[in-house]
Amino acid sequence: MNATGCAVLARGLVKRYGGVAAVSGIDLEIAPGEVFALLGPNGAGKTTTVEILEGYRARDGGEVSVLGTDPQRAGRAWRARIGVVLQLASDAPELTVAEMVGNFAGFYPSPRRPAEVIDLVGLADKARARIHTLSGGQQRRLDVALGLIGGPELLFLDEPTTGFDPAARHAFWDVIRALSGSGVTVLLTTHYLDEAATLADRVAVIRDGVIVAEDRPDDLGGRAAAAAVVSWQDHGGRRSERTAEPTRLVAELAARHGGEVPELTVTRPSLEDVYLELIGGQR
Amino acid sequence: MTAGASTAPSVAIGARRAPLPGAWRVGWSRGQVELKAFFRERQSVVFIFAMPAVMLVLLGAIFGKQGAGHGVTIGDLYVAGLIGGGVMATSYQNLGMSIAFERERFTLKRLRGTPMPAAAYFVGKIIQVLVAALAEVAVLLVVGLAFYHLRLPGAAAWWTFAWVFVLGVAACSLLGIAASSVPRSAARNGVAVITFPFVILQFISGVYVPFFLVPAWLRDIASVFPLEWMCRGMRSVFVPQAVALEPGHSWQHGQTALVLSAWIGAGLVLCLTTFHWQNRQDR
Repeated sequence: MNATGCAVLARGLVKRYGGVAAVSGIDLEIAPGEVFALLGPNGAGKTTTVEILEGYRARDGGEVSVLGTDPQRAGRAWRARIGVVLQLASDAPELTVAEMVGNFAGFYPSPRRPAEVIDLVGLADKARARIHTLSGGQQRRLDVALGLIGGPELLFLDEPTTGFDPAARHAFWDVIRALSGSGVTVLLTTHYLDEAATLADRVAVIRDGVIVAEDRPDDLGGRAAAAAVVSWQDHGGRRSERTAEPTRLVAELAARHGGEVPELTVTRPSLEDVYLELIGGQR
Repeated sequence: MTAGASTAPSVAIGARRAPLPGAWRVGWSRGQVELKAFFRERQSVVFIFAMPAVMLVLLGAIFGKQGAGHGVTIGDLYVAGLIGGGVMATSYQNLGMSIAFERERFTLKRLRGTPMPAAAYFVGKIIQVLVAALAEVAVLLVVGLAFYHLRLPGAAAWWTFAWVFVLGVAACSLLGIAASSVPRSAARNGVAVITFPFVILQFISGVYVPFFLVPAWLRDIASVFPLEWMCRGMRSVFVPQAVALEPGHSWQHGQTALVLSAWIGAGLVLCLTTFHWQNRQDR
């Protein structure tokens, strides 16, 4: 931990590729034990930012501290404390799941038990299967197991559930919640807004290399305070009304209908609505 | 794990004090999985491992009985030549292609994100190459004993075999590691960039065509590269009576050691200056 107590701290992070800025002045502050999601369209600078924090890329400007260390100068002891799940990694098709996880366990000073981690990601019945026989979602869960095997304090997940079926995604979310519950800090990038909404304590939206909004998922872009839309079925058809006082309106409607209001809904802008507005309609 | 009820990962701070595992230990475990991966990959075993054996049977069946003079048959020369070529196939070609693929498929990047010592990766590769190359030689010797009147040499010649083998494997492995960085894409031009030059070398260095039949100007070109010296060394071990067919009627062992050592030095410099854990598009 550094002086500020942050797991991840970035100030004015800048990265250029051939003179073109991919990241132009990002600030991040992630507390220990927090689940933090980076959202943004392709090419917004998500992966570049995360790879600088992971120590894969050198920055062109700004200050970075990850677990109290500059990733650019970090050594093996620092790597033993982080876990990295890359966006695309496929290898060793002829090894079994257990062989691969067991081999990675040997890199760390105090790894978790391979069988326990394989079980945690839901691959227990595939432990003896060759990796090339796994489905896309199963291979992704193996990637996650390899990121967890060292017992990291900080876990980086770059679009972890791409290619998962809904059941696998929900199982995966449970894994992340369990990790987070045990004090692991998680930095996650994702395309899926429901994933960010359900997992993250805080969300940042990146667009064109800068953070355009950062908040709790429920509060992002002023969602919590935004006007609500009350909608119901009337004699003439569907009626909707935008109001800052939905409770008062519902009470009035209840009085008017003498009880149950037909097909009543009260909605606020979804995370998706806010997100699409923030990134200016591009996706 | 202590209490069965606890699902918390082991993130105890005290556990962090455990020393990082050493490069030799991790390298040994890398060697195990490298060997499993190599021998389970049917394609690599067929093309790198079994092909020289099949070539030896075929070439021997076609030309083997022809005499080359001085009590030497063409078949004798093929045994020694294909041992030299086989050693280069299991070191140069196998390493060059496999590392190029591992870089392209982000295997190297993922390993780099763990506390695995960089040296352990290469220790693992060395173990895999040494075992595969020795197995290759053993197979070719068995073919030679079964189909040709190969006689196993005495102790002094085995000593020659040992140093030619070790220097040859070292030089070709380093060249293979360096060559892995050349193709832009392992899948699309790995064969053209890595395998093609090796095939040409095999034709002019005394593998597919007996060296005394190769025109002098091509022999001069071949003598710049390690393969010719490896084959010459193997001829001195397994077909000692062929010395009369050699350029200068001498095995030139001193020159062989010198050229192979020079390639080890050059290969090491090339590896140290060109090796990357990430491909060009990803730095």
